[in-house]
Amino acid sequence: MTAPADVSTATGKTTAAPVKAPRMTLSEWLIRTPVVLPLLTFVLILALWEGGTRLFNVPSYVLPAPSRILEGFSAIPASRWVEHVWSTLRVALIGYIASIVISLPIAVGLAKSRLLSRALYPLLVVIQSVPIVAVAPIIIVVLGTDDLPRIVITFMISFFPLVVSMTTGLMATPPELIELSRSLRAPVWREISQIRLPYATPYIFSGLKISITLSVVGAVVAEFVAAEAGIGYFIQFSTSMFKLPQAWAGLGILLVMSLALFQVVNLAQKILFPWSLPKERR
Amino acid sequence: MSIDQDAIRFSDVGMTFLTDHGPLTALSGVDVALKRHEFVAVLGPSGCGKSTLLRLTSGLMKATQGTVSVFGHPVSEPRDDIGIVFQQATLLPWANVLDNVTFPAKHKRGRVSASDRDHARQILATCGLAGFESRLPSELSGGMQQRVGIARALFLNPDILLMDEPFSALDALTRDAMGFELLRIWQASPKTVLFITHSIPEAVILADRVVVMSGRPGRVIADMEVPLGRPRDESSLRSPEMQDYMAHLRSLLIREEVA
Ligand SMILES: Nc1ncnc2c1ncn2[C@@H]1O[C@H](COP(=O)(O)OP(=O)(O)OP(=O)(O)O)[C@@H](O)[C@H]1O
Ligand SMILES: [Mg+2]
Repeated sequence: MTAPADVSTATGKTTAAPVKAPRMTLSEWLIRTPVVLPLLTFVLILALWEGGTRLFNVPSYVLPAPSRILEGFSAIPASRWVEHVWSTLRVALIGYIASIVISLPIAVGLAKSRLLSRALYPLLVVIQSVPIVAVAPIIIVVLGTDDLPRIVITFMISFFPLVVSMTTGLMATPPELIELSRSLRAPVWREISQIRLPYATPYIFSGLKISITLSVVGAVVAEFVAAEAGIGYFIQFSTSMFKLPQAWAGLGILLVMSLALFQVVNLAQKILFPWSLPKERR
Repeated sequence: MSIDQDAIRFSDVGMTFLTDHGPLTALSGVDVALKRHEFVAVLGPSGCGKSTLLRLTSGLMKATQGTVSVFGHPVSEPRDDIGIVFQQATLLPWANVLDNVTFPAKHKRGRVSASDRDHARQILATCGLAGFESRLPSELSGGMQQRVGIARALFLNPDILLMDEPFSALDALTRDAMGFELLRIWQASPKTVLFITHSIPEAVILADRVVVMSGRPGRVIADMEVPLGRPRDESSLRSPEMQDYMAHLRSLLIREEVA
């Protein structure tokens, strides 16, 4: 959010100093201006992709041209897309929120009690080491075929990084502040809410950013195993029908969804906790 | 509270920690008393238990031997009349200067009243920080951050101020200035100060008395009045007498650092 401030100070300087401002080179301008450079790269790759597949006549089941993917996209009515997106998004978000809600008390326990951390940590590592893709079919059989098993699978994939980052963050508080808290004889919950949690915010957000993408992965994995809707289901279904451009379109949607969710978390941090970002990124 | 009662008294204080490598005796047989409103500096080699001495006084730890009393009462838990200043200011990076100073109220009682804020503004003014109330710590220099740390320690009007190498993270010039600043604050509202430092000139210019500790296990090897009146300034240390005094302290410390 510093862009306007930067501009005003920059113009302030040029009016104050009679010295001519040094000319920016094109590459400097590209580096300083957001969006433009990545966008150019993206467009260039698309163009190469389109040109390459046409030039070498690449069959669409190997790699469809972007234009074919676009065709595949518009062949599906928008309402169907919305249905699929909503199905995946719902599972991903509920699983994500569940993992936040459950990992917070676990992290507080792990950070505050060495006993608990000795007892629980190995168990968490074991859970984390279980290949979720392999367990997914079992979970579906146990819990049935509605949203619940998919949410559980999503939760299992996304919660471990959250527990780890939250615990690390809660323990990263300067010991002096904990001493200050104890010297004030403040209740422990205030030590957690007023000191440890705010200090952990940068750590928590790095966990939140990893987990939001993982929760999309979790939802898709669950759909691969059993589902009648969702982008994961759609990709699998399209592939089995040999409609590869359509599957690629699904992949594109998934990518956009992941990026958008990531950006939402990113923005939430920027707006709600600007101090938790490294200085140059505020 | 009688007038001549000691503010802080260490009687035969020893502290042994249980570590992964067995017991570690940090302090042993420490006998020191601080009169009310006395400014005492503690010098000693690294690891001799100076910070431990502070923690015992603040009630954050309990001595394994002997007793630490504050105003005649053995310390068993943290008290409201003791303020602590740490080596690093350790302010809350998300809270502005005013909120950092009122933090003890918020943390202890859960809320900050308007009079708390007025009180904090007053202290900030005494600490030379008027006008900086709404700045974030990251916008302040190291010296100013440490002043906020001092203001926070003064917020609950403590009778005793415990300072653990409060200026050691600052550059030499700022450090000297902060010393005189502290003396000014101390003279404006007298307090008993236990001041830990590694710097002999700093100890001498600030304190009424200097306590020198031995290497681990820390014990008191010298407890000397500073032969210097007040007010003091930059030239106070230039006299041959003060030079000799400091040379003596240095020789005591060097012997301990080597031992
Ligand atoms: N909580 C603790 N558990 C175990 N050992 C401790 C603990 N606190 C301090 N010690 C040990 O006690 C000794 C004295 O520590 P202390 O921090 O009091 O020294 P210090 O004089 O303040 O040193 P410095 O000048 O480096 O700050 C050190 O060897 C330290 O490792
Ligand atoms: Mg120390």
